[in-house]
Amino acid sequence: MKQFFLVLSFLLPAMGLLAQSEKFNTAMQQQIAKMDGAMQNGSFGELANSFERIGDAEKNQWLPYYYAAYCQVMYSFTEKDKSKVDALADRAEALITKSETIAGTDNSEINVIKSMIASARLMVDPQTRWMQFGQVSASHLEKAKQMDPTNPRPVYLEGQSKFYTPAEFGGGKTVAAPLFEKALVMFDSFKPATQLHPAWGKAATQYFLSQCK
Amino acid sequence: MRSLILLFLLSALAGSLMSQVSVSGKLLDNRGKPVPGASISIKDSYDGATSDSAGLFRFSTGETGQKLLVITCIGYHPLEKLIELNGQPVALNLVLREEPNELKAVVVTAGSFEASDSKRTTVLNSIDIVTTASANADVTAAIRTLPGTQQVGEKEGLFVRGGSGEEARVFIDGTLVNNFFFTSVPDIASRGRFSPFLFKGTVFSSGGYSALYGQALSGALILETIDLPERSSASLGLSTVGISGGYQQLNKQKNASWGANYGYTNLLPYFELVKQRPDYFKVPAFHYGDLNFRIKTSKTGILKFYGTFQQSQLGLRTADIDSASLKNAFRLSNYNVYGNLSWKEKLGKQWKLYLGASYSNNLDDIGNRLQDQSNQAVDINRIPFRNKNFDGRIRSGLAQVKTVIDRRLGGLSVIRFGGEYLYFRDVVKFSDTASVHTIVNDHFKALFAEADIYISNNIAAKLGTRREHSSLLSGANMAPRVSLAYKLGKKGQLSLAYGIFYQKPERNQLMMNPDLDYTRAVHYIANYQKISAGYTFRAEAFYKKYADLVKTFPGINNNGNGYAKGAEVFWRDRKSIKGVDYWVSYSFLDTRRDYLNYPYSLQPNFAANHTASLVVKKFISKWKTQVNGSYSFATGRPYYNIRYNGNDGKYFIADQGKTLAYNNLSFSLNYLPSVGKTNARAFTVWVFSVTNVLNQKQVYNYNYSYNGLNRQPVRPPANQFFFLGCFISFGVDRTDDVINSNL
Repeated sequence: MKQFFLVLSFLLPAMGLLAQSEKFNTAMQQQIAKMDGAMQNGSFGELANSFERIGDAEKNQWLPYYYAAYCQVMYSFTEKDKSKVDALADRAEALITKSETIAGTDNSEINVIKSMIASARLMVDPQTRWMQFGQVSASHLEKAKQMDPTNPRPVYLEGQSKFYTPAEFGGGKTVAAPLFEKALVMFDSFKPATQLHPAWGKAATQYFLSQCK
Repeated sequence: MRSLILLFLLSALAGSLMSQVSVSGKLLDNRGKPVPGASISIKDSYDGATSDSAGLFRFSTGETGQKLLVITCIGYHPLEKLIELNGQPVALNLVLREEPNELKAVVVTAGSFEASDSKRTTVLNSIDIVTTASANADVTAAIRTLPGTQQVGEKEGLFVRGGSGEEARVFIDGTLVNNFFFTSVPDIASRGRFSPFLFKGTVFSSGGYSALYGQALSGALILETIDLPERSSASLGLSTVGISGGYQQLNKQKNASWGANYGYTNLLPYFELVKQRPDYFKVPAFHYGDLNFRIKTSKTGILKFYGTFQQSQLGLRTADIDSASLKNAFRLSNYNVYGNLSWKEKLGKQWKLYLGASYSNNLDDIGNRLQDQSNQAVDINRIPFRNKNFDGRIRSGLAQVKTVIDRRLGGLSVIRFGGEYLYFRDVVKFSDTASVHTIVNDHFKALFAEADIYISNNIAAKLGTRREHSSLLSGANMAPRVSLAYKLGKKGQLSLAYGIFYQKPERNQLMMNPDLDYTRAVHYIANYQKISAGYTFRAEAFYKKYADLVKTFPGINNNGNGYAKGAEVFWRDRKSIKGVDYWVSYSFLDTRRDYLNYPYSLQPNFAANHTASLVVKKFISKWKTQVNGSYSFATGRPYYNIRYNGNDGKYFIADQGKTLAYNNLSFSLNYLPSVGKTNARAFTVWVFSVTNVLNQKQVYNYNYSYNGLNRQPVRPPANQFFFLGCFISFGVDRTDDVINSNL
């Protein structure tokens, strides 16, 4: 009986930890699974809140805040009222900063989000904001590539930026297509560190590539 | 035994899963409207929800006991609430308080037009000033397409709501600029000295402006210089009127920069090609040099310096109005130095400090000679010819310091106060038949305080006052200013403004009578504005009462008065026609004044009753070209021949009429060939512009001979102005500014 309590006293905290990380994994996977339909459902704002809750509860995981920032910036891209975008981008910025304080500053994926936030701000008033945010956005993509040359997301986003730039200004489908193709090849060989690590972007790349043809 | 342990562990785990409790509720704001998109969570747990479009939320949780519910939403104060989870469903009704928000809050806009790149009240942005067709990159010329201004072509300055050109003053980084325009030449409007590329923000106030500024009866143009450049660059420019070059260096830490520019303008080649009405014996030539540095003193502070030296000269001959056989040869050389140093810093969370100092020294060396048909000097010692041979050296200096301290109160409310000291020194040497040498000094001091009070996001008031003292006028004044703004719906707002404005009489008047007092104007303004992403609509009505204007007869006194009233409309639309951005402004003005030598109250010759402008811009991406057009129209302005009757010792109007209506259709093209070459080192902008494309006749006023028998129209030196220039910058892509309206 003594032995039993001894075993139990070891086991219970371990079981608690296991349960905790199991709970984290399950919750994260559930939310990540919802991201696929978020564009159609208009649920990026809700997802950002869910991820932020997990981040606030966990305190030392960078991924919940990372996904919260990603969902928040996607939400700001879908917002039609341009006057609201800056406030949404501010929140995305606060979330990615929290993620960065946990993950460290040399994270390729975090730079991808920072680039997207700058693009969101740029789109509010491209004519006057280009000088400032166009450059910020591009420089974060560049950093993301340097920090992880195998990361397909900065390549996909570069392609997307070219896709929306008129041909007269050095963009267009013919310039974008090779980047999407390159990103697709990279997506095929890219292995996320865990099931929870960023893996988004392949479907969007395929969609954009199909639009280029 | 093993199964016992398993059972024990399983039940321990399951315990948390089984006792799920539902938490639901409704979120409203303080006006009872639902708040969607808010995040509701139980602190330190995964459990929570997001409110839907009706403000409703529902989730279940396995947490038990007393827990903190946290509700956050953009634009609202976060809310925390203790809830008791004891197995029973929890239903809540919660109210979120709106956060004061600069983006949502009402803004006092009565009287002021803002061109800035950051603020929401912006009507124009800084690129608009450069790409307005009729402006030829002159800041004030672009401002003349806004309501409230006159299309005056014979004299520089902004003629605002029945005010003369002297009644609108220009401020750069907070301090007054004494010689904003190049020196006056008779009957020709001079350009502003400063390039529009220097400024990131422009506020044009056609009345009711802040107590931070003074000494302008009608309007204020408040310019803010640019901060650090995005990167280092060099630039070169070549045009039909001159050459220019510059360099800007940004340090590696991106917290300091310095730069220098030089430009030389010479109109000789242009005047060879395009005939001018006056006979230029010395073609206008300008040297321009500037230096700047900008240092970030902290995350929130910046120190800026801008200094310029300019030298220019010109000489022109025009027919003498009193004799067909004589000409007037007018010459001018000008030396101008200007320096402006300013520092802005946040001190703690609530305090903000601004310190500014500027210095300017301007020397005009002018002269006029009466000449015969072979351009030989003639000396005729009788009226009206004896005063036509003259020489003058006018030196005007201004040194000033200014400070403004901001203290944040709760929410968006701010109180600001400060003071300024200006030392004016004018030295005038003038000789015609006699010589005068006059020195006019003025130590001018002002104290001001102003409060922005936000009662809510929907109601705001700006209350301010300003006390000024001039040693020259040896008197003080007190100028209160009040404005209110009230938000109507999401996009519309109503503003009202009232204020008293003082201005010193002109230097020449003070030289003749140092006992003159301040001139005075009282403004009443009502404004409605509606702004959405695609369009801006403004309507404004005003009444302005002038008192103590300077009369020059009998003697020089402060017995003048007048009024101006009117209504203005502005509409800008970037949405309705794809790819086209246009604005329309219309001003109606009814004004009369009794000042100078007017025998009674008259509509002054710088005031037209109806003025309108249309400005259109379109970027054609296929051609990599931005096309700009503008059309300005004004009804004829009155002109008078005011003569002195020696018999009854009074001035009277011997002749009067109205000039032709003013029409000006202008057109400009900006061609950006480097666009799209992703790796191009140099970016090129070609600029081509023409004013008065239709070559319509423009008459600004009439001059009368001394005997009143001869009347000559005042017309521009040439009907049209053509400009072709090529500007190349290495390292910085200014072309991007223009492209991105299309992305």
